[in-house]
Amino acid sequence: MTTLAANIKDRSAVASWIREHGVYIALVLLVVYNAIATPNFVTVDTVQLLFSQVPPVIIVSLGMALVIGTGGVDLSVGSIMAIASAVLAKFVVGGTPIGLAMLYAVAAGLLVGIFNGLVVAFARVQPIVATLGVLVAGRGIALVITGGALVELFVPIFKDIRLGKFLGIPYVMIVAALLAVGVAFLVRRTAFGYRLLAIGGNRRASVLAGLPVRRTLIVVYAISGTLAAVAGVIATARLRASDPSYIGLLMELSAITAVVVGGTSLNGGRVRILGTVTGAILLQLLETTLVSHNAPDSVARMVEAVIIIAAVYVQRPSRSSR
Amino acid sequence: MTAPVTKQQKTVAVAADHGGREAARARARSLTSLISRNGAVAVLILVVALGALLVPTFGTADNLRNVALAASFIGIIAAGMTFVIICGGIDLSVGSTYALATIISAMYAPRGSFIAVLYALLAAGLVGLIQGLIIARWRLPAFIVTLAGLTGVRGLVFYITHEGNDHPKIEGRLAFEALGTGSLATIGTPVWIMLVVFAIGWWALNRTPFGQSVQAVGGNQGAAELMGLPVKRTQTIVYVVSGLCAGLSGILTTALSGGGQEARIGDAYELSAIAAVVIGGTLLSGGVGSMVGTLAGVLLLFVIQNLIVQGANLNSYVQQVVSGGFLLVVVILQAVLSRRTGTSET
Repeated sequence: MTTLAANIKDRSAVASWIREHGVYIALVLLVVYNAIATPNFVTVDTVQLLFSQVPPVIIVSLGMALVIGTGGVDLSVGSIMAIASAVLAKFVVGGTPIGLAMLYAVAAGLLVGIFNGLVVAFARVQPIVATLGVLVAGRGIALVITGGALVELFVPIFKDIRLGKFLGIPYVMIVAALLAVGVAFLVRRTAFGYRLLAIGGNRRASVLAGLPVRRTLIVVYAISGTLAAVAGVIATARLRASDPSYIGLLMELSAITAVVVGGTSLNGGRVRILGTVTGAILLQLLETTLVSHNAPDSVARMVEAVIIIAAVYVQRPSRSSR
Repeated sequence: MTAPVTKQQKTVAVAADHGGREAARARARSLTSLISRNGAVAVLILVVALGALLVPTFGTADNLRNVALAASFIGIIAAGMTFVIICGGIDLSVGSTYALATIISAMYAPRGSFIAVLYALLAAGLVGLIQGLIIARWRLPAFIVTLAGLTGVRGLVFYITHEGNDHPKIEGRLAFEALGTGSLATIGTPVWIMLVVFAIGWWALNRTPFGQSVQAVGGNQGAAELMGLPVKRTQTIVYVVSGLCAGLSGILTTALSGGGQEARIGDAYELSAIAAVVIGGTLLSGGVGSMVGTLAGVLLLFVIQNLIVQGANLNSYVQQVVSGGFLLVVVILQAVLSRRTGTSET
């Protein structure tokens, strides 16, 4: 009897451990699989390539994780990337120094994020609809700024952003890592982080408890917009051009997937930063793996769909804790 | 003796005052609900009237026919989406499902109109069924499940078209093509089919136990469960309905165009459909919504786009800005109006 009870206890403990660490287990499994099955996988080049591709997704996902933590979602991030890219191109072409142009691009993202926050916090429009409006309008604005055309940009610093490395790690990955540490600090160690999670847990209770709900929401969406703009600048540097009809397209879906696969619940009240970063890396590595095994794009998408469902299935709350 | 009377009077007076305020609030609430339920219809009438007055090319029968025809494809998708959203869910996969039906109906057209339509509807219904079962049985969030559906079904569409290289066409299948190219009283068949879909949708939502169940589940799932309503079955069926609607829309597209569509057709249709439903006054929180509103919402989206092209001659980028801006204005007004009267809390 006791062994049976212990067994059941063990099994539920194992289940909950898997639930908590699903994304890390999946990443380890995928790396092990690649090490065995993919020729030339265990090389510095592979890691460097991965680390130069994944940062924009990581950076956008960090902001998305905060928004999802408040029980919302930000569909406008891809369009904000496009706006940042268009603003950058506009100022660079107009002769503004590159540093200042980048600052303006990021500021544009900040403004759109504040707008999102105002609509969600004051008008109390559901985040998904509010940011859907900005998704549609935002890409239009980006296209209007550049006149719809692709603008090629010849800026020396873009080469550093694309190829620059410190101790073998691409600069962009270092930036993404620093931002991740910053956001994690914000969530875990500051009053702002606690407020954010409280709002995600129960907005009404947070209002009654006297928390500055509106201000917190505005800041959260502002952070998401700013980070998306940073990702937009990096994407522009990598493309060596501003293409508002392409940059950031469907990024909202990738970011939401990374956040959810990383173990953050869409219901809000919980944020996992390390999980989010791991989720983004996992999805990128999955794509790389499928490509290196010559799987066509169509199959890659179907596999991704199955992985998304599997990830939320494994992490679904057990019946007793519901 | 006088004291109790005064007290009583006071109580009565307070009660009356309270009742009066309550009544005023109820009146305001019913007014708001009237506005939010029929607001889209009112705005549609207003915009069409203004458009006809101010833009000479807008009010012509030809132009209005074209607007209605263009709107019918998203319209049919939005009808299915209305059920899903009232039931408290969301379906992001409709654009991909639409593409799947478009391609399958063209692929099987050589085997006869009936087979082509049947296979396309079966595929679309199956996509809805699988998603519905996962959402209802495993209790996974609809947003994520249908997001996976969006990705996976699009992958499937690329797979069956050999990475988008095949563009199956239909040749000389008159019965099938008539679904898209035919007309009745000079109005295109797809428009009539859309109207029939909305009529059936209105009836199913407002006059059947299934419709009651959809509204109850969306309003309060726990309460619906306690009332003994078939919650899981209802949740599953709405995604099948949504899939079938997307499928029907895809079939009509193939019938109208004769096939040859790109594998990426229907990209972002889910966003237009959701926008139409929301503009029509259906709340994304579930429980409340209207088929008539959705129909008006779809027509509004397309009338406004048409007006931008006809009247202001603006390019497609500005159209996007106006469409998004219009959606924002509508949802902000809805949110502010519904809060004024205390129908939504915090």
